[in-house]
Amino acid sequence: MSVLVYTEIAKGKIKKASLEAVNYASRIAEKMNTTVTAAIIGDADFSDLGKAGAKKVLKLKNDKLSDMNGQYLTAAIEQAATAENASVIIFSSDFTGKEIAPRLAARLKAGIVAGAVGDPEISGDSFKVKKNVFSGKATAMYAIHSTKKIISLLPNSFPVTLGEGTAEVTDFAVNLDNVNSPVKVKEVKKVTSELNLTDAELVVSAGRGMKGSENWAMVEELAKELGAATACSRPVADMHWRPHHEHVGQTGVAIRPNLYIAIGISGAIQHLAGVNGSKTIVVINSDKEAPFFKSADYGIVGDAFEIVPKLVAAVKNFKANHN
Amino acid sequence: MKILVCISNVPDTTTKITFSSDNSTFNTAGVQFVINPYDEWYALVRALELKETLGGNVTIVHVGAPDSEATIRKGLAIGADDAVRIDAEPNDAFAVAEQIAAYAKDKGFDLVMTGKETINYNGAMVGAMLAELLNMPFVSMATKLDIAGTTATVEHDIDGGTEVVECPLPLVLSANKGMAEARIPNMRGIMAARTKPLTVVPAAAADKLTSIANYELAKGRTECKFIDAAHPEQLIDLLHNEAKVI
Repeated sequence: MSVLVYTEIAKGKIKKASLEAVNYASRIAEKMNTTVTAAIIGDADFSDLGKAGAKKVLKLKNDKLSDMNGQYLTAAIEQAATAENASVIIFSSDFTGKEIAPRLAARLKAGIVAGAVGDPEISGDSFKVKKNVFSGKATAMYAIHSTKKIISLLPNSFPVTLGEGTAEVTDFAVNLDNVNSPVKVKEVKKVTSELNLTDAELVVSAGRGMKGSENWAMVEELAKELGAATACSRPVADMHWRPHHEHVGQTGVAIRPNLYIAIGISGAIQHLAGVNGSKTIVVINSDKEAPFFKSADYGIVGDAFEIVPKLVAAVKNFKANHN
Repeated sequence: MKILVCISNVPDTTTKITFSSDNSTFNTAGVQFVINPYDEWYALVRALELKETLGGNVTIVHVGAPDSEATIRKGLAIGADDAVRIDAEPNDAFAVAEQIAAYAKDKGFDLVMTGKETINYNGAMVGAMLAELLNMPFVSMATKLDIAGTTATVEHDIDGGTEVVECPLPLVLSANKGMAEARIPNMRGIMAARTKPLTVVPAAAADKLTSIANYELAKGRTECKFIDAAHPEQLIDLLHNEAKVI
């Protein structure tokens, strides 16, 4: 028996969301008196996987795995799970996790909780996992009834902790001779920004209150000084003031950073659905009746064009005094 | 082109969520139910656009009780040709996928579409499960879909960017924002929907692998602390010393 966790590399490093998933898997393995095996495609410094709690790393090897095809990946993880006799399989609930985890669940007839936000409660045969429902307005405790279980963990639900452990790294040859996917990748357009929005711990977001794309320099400067990613509201993306991938909200990306600063965003319920998991929310808006203040921890009522430059100066000053 | 669009019946986005006193069930009394927005705005409307240019048929499938028929009729009013309601409780993603797969497996659909997720249980699972059960390829989070002959070209969101893939039909895909613009049913559509076929199919055998033990409302935020607009630097102190996020 073991806990298998699917991990990924981005920009030459183990993804932060993958380390969160390995931590999560190792807490489950401890409760179940077993160990964690991480499955990964590609090469990087694997030491953090050991430090996060994995005892073994399986490097999934097959030429067909190069373009992240869902059918090949599902078969590869299934084979790794069989080899490791995994009873619990963990994914990160990112785009890959959303494509693969349910497919593998259907193949294994494994009960799945997608987008878990808490550690499982395990007692005897009872295995329960909490996830967000109603777009963040509530949580539900799901009981998984099958022997094999799959959980995908919502990114940024837990901080990453690295200990002293090491993992043994071995190659794992995947057999895909009988799997042929008709899906062909024609083009990949990677977003060039430094910080991946869903991974970011700090996010500075702005809305229609900025009045035009030409006014975004101060938003970007505040984000840069804080080391934050930038985001925007739906109207801003729809008007092409900002790229589509920055749109957070119900129809955009759902994020849960430690700090979300919303500038000139009124806080429609659809926007809140994408950000209400943020630990601390700051709202800056000239309209004191903006609904977003009801969901904020800190608020400033006033003109963003005056406040944001002052905040930039304050962050610079703060950094000068804390380094 | 034979297209199957899976629709879910969900509480309207603005619904105030409440649960029974023991937190075991969601209170549906007084709640306005609608077609899950991703299923409607993106999957169904794009399916109808494809049908309008390529010809064919758009069928709606829904797993649920008779009280969701108003939602199904709305899908017909928007323009679907016919609808199927599978008479089963939609209380586990795998069981729902099994119900739909049991219905769809011998119908020869070229394209099976779902929304990217439902706005009530936010699972984003049924599409991928259906693909597995129907032994079809799956493309998740599609933002653009075009079909030429028997080949689909799909742009979809991946981690850190977007990807364009090509795939011969049949194909299962989940639809995200960008696929189409919402359509409002007109009076002719609403009248026509009354007489379009809505077939009720009995539930197939299905495995319920999960269940909800209990719910909990999200904790509201404590009162918003306002900072004087003349001294926004105080915010930075609070974020460092009180919230401890910077």
